Amino acid sequence: MISIKDVKKIYSSRQGKVTAVDNVNLEITEGEIFGVIGYSGAGKSTLIRMLNGLEIPTEGSVIVANNEVSKIKGGSLRKARQEISMIFQHFNLLWSRTVRENIAFPLEIAGVPKGQRMKRVDELIRLVGLEGREDAYPSQLSGGQKQRVGIARALANNPKVLLCDEATSALDPQTTDSILELLVDINKRLGLTIVLITHEMHVIRKICHRVAVMEGGKVVELGPVLDVFKHPKEEITKRFVQQVTEPEETKETIEHLLELYPHGTVVQLGFVGEAAEQPLITNLIRHYHVTVNILQGKISQTQNGSYGTLFIHLDGEKEELSKAIAYIESQQVGVEVISNA
Amino acid sequence: MLETLLPNVNWEKMIEATNETLYMTAISVVITFVLGLILGLLLFLTAKGNIWENAIVNKVISSVVNVFRSIPFIILIVLLIPFTKLILDTMIGENAALPALIIGAAPFYARMVEIGLREIDKGVIEAAKSMGAKTSTIIFKVLIPESLPALVSGITVTAIALVSYTAMAGVIGAGGLGNLAYLEGFQRSRSDVTFVATVIILIIVFIIQFIGDSITSKLDKR
Ligand SMILES: Nc1ncnc2c1ncn2[C@@H]1O[C@H](COP(=O)(O)OP(=O)(O)OP(=O)(O)O)[C@@H](O)[C@H]1O
Ligand SMILES: [Mg+2]
Repeated sequence: MISIKDVKKIYSSRQGKVTAVDNVNLEITEGEIFGVIGYSGAGKSTLIRMLNGLEIPTEGSVIVANNEVSKIKGGSLRKARQEISMIFQHFNLLWSRTVRENIAFPLEIAGVPKGQRMKRVDELIRLVGLEGREDAYPSQLSGGQKQRVGIARALANNPKVLLCDEATSALDPQTTDSILELLVDINKRLGLTIVLITHEMHVIRKICHRVAVMEGGKVVELGPVLDVFKHPKEEITKRFVQQVTEPEETKETIEHLLELYPHGTVVQLGFVGEAAEQPLITNLIRHYHVTVNILQGKISQTQNGSYGTLFIHLDGEKEELSKAIAYIESQQVGVEVISNA
Repeated sequence: MLETLLPNVNWEKMIEATNETLYMTAISVVITFVLGLILGLLLFLTAKGNIWENAIVNKVISSVVNVFRSIPFIILIVLLIPFTKLILDTMIGENAALPALIIGAAPFYARMVEIGLREIDKGVIEAAKSMGAKTSTIIFKVLIPESLPALVSGITVTAIALVSYTAMAGVIGAGGLGNLAYLEGFQRSRSDVTFVATVIILIIVFIIQFIGDSITSKLDKR
């Protein structure tokens, strides 16, 4: 669906040249939710803006939905843009138009006749859950509602690709979640390809299938979200992953747990993918003579499975304990015995 | 009662002069609006980083605008006498004032249009582009509607300036309340005539201001 080949973007300014995007190669498949994460200035916006021709690459080619966006101009670029929609951090709605009129705008641009336009707008308002706010002006809406208008507007002409430039960065955590849910819903229902850029790892975790990590204009790490969470390779990726992993894993907590439970065994379990969804604890209690006490832990969902860690305390006969631990190990769960009392 | 207080006022002449002032103001406001809007749009669109970025065109329009904006109006009228004669074949009457009024006010308004357009969020223009909008669509469906309150309040200020310009033009020979106040009031020392003409001009200004303000606040949905 999207093919980015040897793309470079160099800005020349009075202070010199800035290589904003440096030799990036990416293939994004149809129906995928693809995330790009990086710190400020990494070149994320520049990259995504080359996908709809708002920026032209200095070198390389960008093909989106069979259009060579990096080459086409004028009418054919405008036509292509109707299939490559975009939503923005600051929503970019026209304040002089109502919700309905804002959503109708791309339809006016595409030359859809009035009757059809109104019908389509009503569909979109229902799709994004803005019933009853049709005649409000943007200034009368909350941030989340404004982004819903932005999404409805972006979907109006049935695009093949949706580009999201920090679409949730101006929203509070709850509103962010509801917008992310809406994006997943749209992706599933309409089979839309979504490219999303962000500096927040939990956004990637919640909705992306694959992620590219950008630093200094380059893609330094790329892979399915779960793999990247499991085995982050680059230093910068590890830092991003830490944003969403729990503080329970710190040394102090472990020491604290050992003090609290002088008898038995404290075990740290690492779950990834399928394993996280098995009834491990139930099996443990049913089949072994041990008491199980869940101390703390957290399981997080990603689009390709769950991952997380769990601290449990096991107590019982020595023999039963070792059998129980052997069982856990056989379950494709990472086990680390922290103490043997 | 009025006769004793204002013995020299010829109401028929006063009404005629008011009509002439209104006529000069109305025509010049309409033409100034169109011309200023075009110039302002050109100034904005040819500026750096914009759709029609063109340093030369921008510089030329900008200089012309600045020059005409800086010439005091009374001097502009005199300077424009040959030009007016050429196109209208007369120096007397309401129409004779129009070229000077428009050339004096349009550059003034063009700058206000430019400022209004610059206040539009760049992101909104970019959003329209990302939807595949043509430049004409961006002008008529984004730039003008999104800056409309500024365009209206700008034309209000310009219209008020034009009322006072008409009065100055009257002194040179165009008709209107300025002409009446000068010839009948000042030169013949009939201060009641000057007084009434001034009051009428003030009323016109207040009405323009009131209409402009209410339209502006009605349009502004921000
Ligand atoms: N129009 C421009 N002219 C010159 N330099 C630019 C321009 N746009 C971006 N840059 C530079 O390119 C680099 C990448 O910018 P970009 O906006 O793509 O970063 P980003 O990853 O989106 O950052 P943020 O998270 O802050 O939005 C920066 O160093 C920036 O200064
Ligand atoms: Mg950015």
